[in-house]
Amino acid sequence: MSQPESALADAQAGGRATESLAALAERYGLSRAIARPSLHAYLRQLWERRHFIVTYATSKNVSKYSESALGQLWQVLTPLLNAAVYYLIFGVIFAQSKHIPNYPAFLITGVMVFSFTQRTVTAGAKAVSSNLSLIRALHFPRASLPLASAIQELQLLGWSMGVLVALVLITGEEITWLWLLTPVALFVQFVFNLGISLFMARIGAFVRDITQLLPFITRTWMYASGVFYMIDDRTRNLPTLLRWVLEFNPAAAYIEFMRDLLIYDRFPERWVWTTCSFWAVVALVFGFWFFWRAEERYGRG
Amino acid sequence: MAEVLQEPQIGELSDVTLGTPTVIVDDLHIVYKVYGAAKASEGGKGPTAALRRIVTRKSRPEMKEVHAVRGVSFVARHGEAIGIIGRNGSGKSTLLRAIAGLLPAHKGAVYTNGQPSLLGVNAALMNTLTGERNIVLGCYAMGMTPAETREKYDEIVEFSGIGDFIQFPMSTYSSGMGARLRFAISSAKTHDVLLIDEALATGDKDFKRKSQDRILQMRESAGTVFLVAHNLDAIESTCNRVIWLHKGKIKMEGETQEVLEAYNRV
Repeated sequence: MSQPESALADAQAGGRATESLAALAERYGLSRAIARPSLHAYLRQLWERRHFIVTYATSKNVSKYSESALGQLWQVLTPLLNAAVYYLIFGVIFAQSKHIPNYPAFLITGVMVFSFTQRTVTAGAKAVSSNLSLIRALHFPRASLPLASAIQELQLLGWSMGVLVALVLITGEEITWLWLLTPVALFVQFVFNLGISLFMARIGAFVRDITQLLPFITRTWMYASGVFYMIDDRTRNLPTLLRWVLEFNPAAAYIEFMRDLLIYDRFPERWVWTTCSFWAVVALVFGFWFFWRAEERYGRG
Repeated sequence: MAEVLQEPQIGELSDVTLGTPTVIVDDLHIVYKVYGAAKASEGGKGPTAALRRIVTRKSRPEMKEVHAVRGVSFVARHGEAIGIIGRNGSGKSTLLRAIAGLLPAHKGAVYTNGQPSLLGVNAALMNTLTGERNIVLGCYAMGMTPAETREKYDEIVEFSGIGDFIQFPMSTYSSGMGARLRFAISSAKTHDVLLIDEALATGDKDFKRKSQDRILQMRESAGTVFLVAHNLDAIESTCNRVIWLHKGKIKMEGETQEVLEAYNRV
């Protein structure tokens, strides 16, 4: 075990050339600098860092728009413009709206809910890889970064939700008691986002090209999630298994949840509740475990 | 593998005179992966560029490995201040980061007592934010609690000496002001094992003296201090032991005077 230098160093330091450094370390209760903490300890460290996580997310958001002339106004303008573009294409040009009542509200709800998760996926994939200098300079549980990026998107969503509610009201929907459930819907989706952000952060840290491929993946996902159309209508003739897969899609379920509350004025069906909560729990538990497994390897490449 | 001979006498004797080990580096190797060539071809964004790179990556890997630290071993003890010297690219900063637990070992290990911390929060700070916000962000990033941050806040502002500029974004600061604020933030926390990279000693003459005092003060409260510097005077005045790194290996190690003399002869 002892290399020539280590023997030399040890001899100079303590005159104990006979003892290996590992044994010396053990004798004095020193531990390896990079050792992955247990899951439990890791959770506790994260909890201790909660102020950093939230402050980091807020700071990023404040910093993000500070260079543009309209500043924070972009937090409202971006979702509005997005909805306008999709309405032009799918509402006017493809005239999807004839089949679906109140198509603008239908569309903008889908776009907002989907882009909440989509943006989290994209931001999560960069959470570790774009913060390498931070990772190489300071010690903190690395999961702080993907969690902060999910929280950052949640803060942005606050504005989008305002826009969404205003537009849905303008298109003629009425406020019902069910609207009180929207925070629940967003919370369940946010839990899912936390998980997927952690998952994507590890992928993005080691597979750098993923950020180039992600636009493909999220676009495909969006087209499959019934943002522009009703999944029921389009899948009537498909095999049962494929239909089942399309409906089990988490994004489709979160969209359905929000549309039920805001537009259809109905209490979400049981499959919606089940699918939404199932994905939230699975994503968070698996995502957290998956990210934690590589904790000591972030910042290496 | 451990042959423990005459454990009681020698062990206790040396411990009394030299203090208990705080950092043990055992045959440490650090290998960096550098995506050098891939960066150049990253010109185009979007799907086609990504696909092309995935195809080419398979046949011709453009990732390079840099073996920055090659088998370094030493024991650092309580009360020591160790200087690390060497040419540019000899692996000094890499070694420091590995001791801090920020870079994983390719081979070998670093054993530490508590959490060694690198003096520096630059990476956590954001240029477009005000000094006020950056102080809070920086303190949280170093793991301080809101209470500790509130307690230290005035001290940081005062030490940085940038006055009312604290309410302006850091991008409006002169480079000296920025460096002062960064140093003030990063030195606000006390550490068990303190790692200092020389890049910190910036600012005007007055501030340089102030920060030198602060480093000495921190040395007294920290168990062990590591100092990386090109400025040998700083090493001579603060360190009792020096490690000379050359191409990732220890070329020489020992008393400050002895090593510095040998280093100056080369």
